[in-house]
Amino acid sequence: MSTRWLLAFGCALALPVHAQDAMPGMDMPAPPQSAAPTRSADYSDGYRYGSMPGMEMLDDSARGMLLLDQLEYVHADRGGDAAFVDGEAWYGKDFDKLWLKFEGHSGDSLRTEALWDHAVVPFWDTQLGLRHDSGNGPDRTWIAFGVQGLAPWRIETEATIYLGENGRSAARLQLEYEALLTQHLILQPKFEMNLYGRDDPQRGTGSGLSDAGLGLRLRYEITRQFAPYLGVVWQQRYGRSADVVRARGEHPDQVQFVAGVRVWF
Amino acid sequence: MGAANINRRRFVQALAFGGGAFALGLRRADCAPESPLAQMVLSGSEFDLEIGATPANFTGHPTIAHTINGLFPGPILRWREGTTVTLRVTNRLPVQTSIHWHGILVPANMDGVPGISFPGIAPGESFVYRFPVKQSGTYWYHSHSHFQEQNGPFGPLVIEPANGERNPSDRDYVVMLNDWTDLDPARIFSLLKKQSDYFNRNEPTFAESLRLPSMWSRMRMNPRDLIDVGGFAYTYLMNGTPPAGNWTALFEPGKRVRLRFINGSANSYFDVRIPGLKMTVISADGQDVHPVEVDEFRIAVAETYDVIVRPDDRAYTILAQSIDRSGYARGTLAPRAGMQAEVPPLEPVPTLSMIDMMGAMGEEHGTNMQGMDHRDMADMEMPRAQHARSEFGNPGVDMRVDIPRTNLDDPGAGLRDNGRRVLTYADLHSIEAPGDTREPQREIELHLTGNMQRFVWSFDGVKFSDAKPVHFRYGERLRIVLVNDTMMNHPIHLHGMFSDLENEDGEVIARKHTVNVQPAQRITYRVSADNPGRWAWHCHLLYHMEAGMFREVVVA
Repeated sequence: MSTRWLLAFGCALALPVHAQDAMPGMDMPAPPQSAAPTRSADYSDGYRYGSMPGMEMLDDSARGMLLLDQLEYVHADRGGDAAFVDGEAWYGKDFDKLWLKFEGHSGDSLRTEALWDHAVVPFWDTQLGLRHDSGNGPDRTWIAFGVQGLAPWRIETEATIYLGENGRSAARLQLEYEALLTQHLILQPKFEMNLYGRDDPQRGTGSGLSDAGLGLRLRYEITRQFAPYLGVVWQQRYGRSADVVRARGEHPDQVQFVAGVRVWF
Repeated sequence: MGAANINRRRFVQALAFGGGAFALGLRRADCAPESPLAQMVLSGSEFDLEIGATPANFTGHPTIAHTINGLFPGPILRWREGTTVTLRVTNRLPVQTSIHWHGILVPANMDGVPGISFPGIAPGESFVYRFPVKQSGTYWYHSHSHFQEQNGPFGPLVIEPANGERNPSDRDYVVMLNDWTDLDPARIFSLLKKQSDYFNRNEPTFAESLRLPSMWSRMRMNPRDLIDVGGFAYTYLMNGTPPAGNWTALFEPGKRVRLRFINGSANSYFDVRIPGLKMTVISADGQDVHPVEVDEFRIAVAETYDVIVRPDDRAYTILAQSIDRSGYARGTLAPRAGMQAEVPPLEPVPTLSMIDMMGAMGEEHGTNMQGMDHRDMADMEMPRAQHARSEFGNPGVDMRVDIPRTNLDDPGAGLRDNGRRVLTYADLHSIEAPGDTREPQREIELHLTGNMQRFVWSFDGVKFSDAKPVHFRYGERLRIVLVNDTMMNHPIHLHGMFSDLENEDGEVIARKHTVNVQPAQRITYRVSADNPGRWAWHCHLLYHMEAGMFREVVVA
């Protein structure tokens, strides 16, 4: 059951990368009789750059960014209040970056990932690295492989599969969209779901679809880099994960009201 | 030596007249120039130019502009065709600088591109440029170091023809357009790399995007991505004066006034018009053209257009809207100081059409390509693009246009069917034919490529750092084929040699130094590889150039 889940997820994950090089509409399939031959971009005839100093081109420079996409106060309809952070940081050049992701509740679990991000096609990057879960039970470490990019219709997509110790496996999907209500007022629907290959009672996760969440955040970009928001999030636990939560006397579904800021540097 | 003294004296007079206000930006407005001399002309054959940092204020916030002899823009240098000029340029900045003579045919070591022509001018050092002046017309000069095209130094260049002006005028003004920002250009570049639409506050809203062809969303493209940096960051200047300052040119009613427009921006296209006045375009990129009367023209970065106007006894607004309608530079033509005319409101933000995305194929998606219906399309032999292998499987190339459009008579997005007579490249016909009448012996095809989302720019999908030089064989006549595989305009500038623009039939129509290639367009020009050495060849949008949309050319 869970293996099938993961397999299907893995295939879906590979799809966008294969289906998509440059824009399909642009790169019209050529009529068979006139398929344009490709050519070399090398017109050097063996000439090389000279040794003149002074060139200050920045086309191969590295830079870094820190994005706190969600830095928020959470009020759940059932259960207490908490602080939540979901962010990422990267450093690198155009096509290769070191990428860090982190997501965590105050006093609860923290998921951190360190990934090598490599741009493979115009809108998609592959990501390979490690994930570490801490808090809320024993720590877990995983090898992570995923894709991240912009799907058609401008849907920001992250899809990752994870392999852990003792044959554990997991998968994570996150979809985001930015609807501009005005140039400054932006509604961001965000969907995410987590799947696990086997039960992990110590961390309260069960095999199969473990949880899914749909958030709606309305932010106002005071500047591009600083935007306070209000939002509402529906969260639902499924299967064994739901059982575990019920056993603790909590509800498997939750509505949260959030208030926070989106900020980047 | 004597000439230099005279120059210096004249310059000091000019400074006394308007210089105090000049260095203070906004306050310069208080002092409308009374005569062309107020434009700080340095003429002769020997020049001392000192590049420095000068306090200025264009936006209400104090800032530092890179100046030449304390001026921003730098002084108008007036040369005479047939003379030899000597320019001693001294660097008083704490960083390397340089001066490139844009569009001037100079020996390779005088071209002023650090890393290619010379090592640049180190802080405290001087460099002496000396070369014969073999052409005439309106040009400009600017630093070619790092991001200095954004905040100076730069300035206008006017060369008098050896045999007198073909189009004499009673008044003669330079109108230099620039895009000033208080932001550090290196930071602008960095912000664009992190969020490429950072400066775009004209994006389609969700409601608007539902009304647009769905292809835009499907393709993850933005039909309002007209320029990377707009009025959100820029204050547009006319001769160094912000719109509120109202730079003014005086004239006598009924007399002929020559306006030499220079787009000295780092990253801005302007649509220029003078409501109520027809402009007769007499020169493009310094080359006299058969006069053509228009209401409006689009000036790409680094281009120059000279126009003649004959104003009546009233004030006129000189309006230069930025291509994305996020702001404008503005000045006034007036018979007497202190007058002004109505400033028309900014026009609606242009939205790219399907031909900007798909070239000639865009026509099948129902947008306007004048004089063509679908049947014509099928019958016509549209030239197919020959993509470089390096454009495929390349994350830095987000689109390729297989059948580009070749319509030189398209004024471009935002100017199509606006009810005014707008200049297009099809209107440009140089009066003096190039001496080299040979048919091209060979073609070099180069594609303008990029990924808007990632803010990656290149030629043929290869950035400067990863590329090799392009070899032009000394003495050959070449055809350059440029295909724009992006949805943005790119002004392509070849140093050291003219670009002889061809029409769709491959006939040379106009000689230029900067050739704008519209989105999904194919443009060809001829080059006589008669100037040996190493040269720069690049997109003149500063942030595209720095991102790697740049080649070195070796003529040998």
